[in-house]
Amino acid sequence: MSDPASSLTREDVAYLAHLARIDLSDAELDHLAPQLAVILESVATISSVDTAEVAPTSSAVPVENVFRADEARPSLSVEDALAGAPEVEQQRFKVPRILGEEA
Amino acid sequence: MTDLTRLSAAALAQALRTGDVTSVEATRAHLDRIAEVDPAVHAFLHVDAEGALASAAAADARRAEGVPEPALLGVPVAVKDIVATKGVPTTCGSRILEGWIPPYDATLVKRLREAGMPILGKTNMDEFAMGSSTEHSAFGPTRNPWDLDRIPGGSGGGSSAAVTAYEAPLAVGTDTGGSIRQPGAVTGTVGVKPTYGGVSRYGIVALASSLDQAGPVARSVLDAALLHDVIAGHDPMDSTSIDKPWPSMAEAARRSDITGLRIGVVRELGGEGYQTGVQARFDDAVALLVKSGAEVVEVSCPHFELALAAYYLILPSEASSNLARFDAMRFGLRVSPENVAAPSAEQVMEATRAAGFGDEVKRRIILGTYALSSGYYEAYYGQAQKVRTLVTQNFQAAFDQVDVLVSPTAPTTAFRIGEKLDDPLAMYLNDIATIPANLAGVPGMSLPSGLADEDGLPTGIQILAPALEDARLYTVGAVLEASLEEQWGGPLLDQAPALAAAAASSMDGR
Repeated sequence: MSDPASSLTREDVAYLAHLARIDLSDAELDHLAPQLAVILESVATISSVDTAEVAPTSSAVPVENVFRADEARPSLSVEDALAGAPEVEQQRFKVPRILGEEA
Repeated sequence: MTDLTRLSAAALAQALRTGDVTSVEATRAHLDRIAEVDPAVHAFLHVDAEGALASAAAADARRAEGVPEPALLGVPVAVKDIVATKGVPTTCGSRILEGWIPPYDATLVKRLREAGMPILGKTNMDEFAMGSSTEHSAFGPTRNPWDLDRIPGGSGGGSSAAVTAYEAPLAVGTDTGGSIRQPGAVTGTVGVKPTYGGVSRYGIVALASSLDQAGPVARSVLDAALLHDVIAGHDPMDSTSIDKPWPSMAEAARRSDITGLRIGVVRELGGEGYQTGVQARFDDAVALLVKSGAEVVEVSCPHFELALAAYYLILPSEASSNLARFDAMRFGLRVSPENVAAPSAEQVMEATRAAGFGDEVKRRIILGTYALSSGYYEAYYGQAQKVRTLVTQNFQAAFDQVDVLVSPTAPTTAFRIGEKLDDPLAMYLNDIATIPANLAGVPGMSLPSGLADEDGLPTGIQILAPALEDARLYTVGAVLEASLEEQWGGPLLDQAPALAAAAASSMDGR
């Protein structure tokens, strides 16, 4: 297991921001990286308790799968569904290119 | 003529029933009050005067038909801006959703409409409900009506300030780590986080899905109960919604007997780290509960000490995943990177999220991304989930001994705007007493316990009950409220400075 007390560097934060698809500026990295290191150091206290025999909890109440009848029912109209879209073309969401330019 | 904005929701409902006032009159009175004081308070991000007045007219017409009426028919309400309202802007306090108009209503909004409650508008909040002061709203902070230089709590500071400033008799909030209860404590109002699954999450923009819960914000325990009864109940659209009938919370609030009830004071939620006046008012309130016939003991919940750390791993993890939907493709903001010809979808995504999210949202998404990343998952997210189990077990052991638990709601009174803005850790500590309930899914209420001697600002007491036992909160809360108000000679809010004058002088000062 990795050492949970390991600190977060500016480079780590830049990489994580990329994974999270947030284009952080240099100024933001300068500002946020030290704050995140402090927060991480604080939450790392979580490792102080022995949980070898403890089961994890992922939800506040017991969750089981909920089924509903497989029946058609009214849903949003195409116009409503597209009303908030940044760009629309032919009743579709229009998005920027997803492949490289040479592709 | 009586000022309609000063009436409790229960009294206003009664006046509407007897025909002394109409919903249009009551709604207009609140809209006028908003116009008068909201430039200074900034509780609202959007006021829907037209929609509210149309609903009010419909409520009056419905009453005229004489069919059996819902209890709050015609009583206006404000709704936190994280809840989808069809045709009315919903921003979550974020630039990334600026101008977004939901094409559907959240289930709880549907219930408000069915109950004939005009929706006055959408209340301000920390961006995506991340914060304890409303300062993280992209559209500017809300101010505490007790002192306009101070925070109204968060994330639901808009809802708490709206009821405090008599801009709305009732409001809806959401509580992921204390966002209903802590604002209640610092504004001298009542806020309830129901049992997880009590109120449908359908149509509420998700922050941390396993923790989020909507609930009532009000000026009295009975008013909160009346609104709770409107919005709670099973909803097939939310797979975690509890499928069982709920007892009437309003009835529970009217029960007014706690003789023999066992109350546990949580040792770990008090003392060191709690402001003197907050602790003193809490101790006074506990003494009053004893006087009312309750049996008070101290209980220990040792793992509550780790609840904050667990929460700040679980919440960012869930949030980083939930907020991935803001990708500039189907709705919301789309920003193209500068100096890039024909940018890719990924580049647009990165530029949009950089421009559309504020600092706190970025911090938490990055923290969550880290906690979930390969190699660290077990040490952080996995360990946090296990601590969550320990916190839940602490609650179970405590509720084997007592019927409800109590603690101060927040460790301090309202702090000054700007004081903790760039110190995230100090900001997180505001939720230290409220977070355990979210981790375990149990219901919690905050109600005013008085004013701190050192600064004259409101303090709150928190009541916690076992899951599904929300009604206990209302019975205990109503009894305590009655004894406190007897001491104070009326509601605590009567001691708040007159806002119009305060607002005017504060505006002059700028």
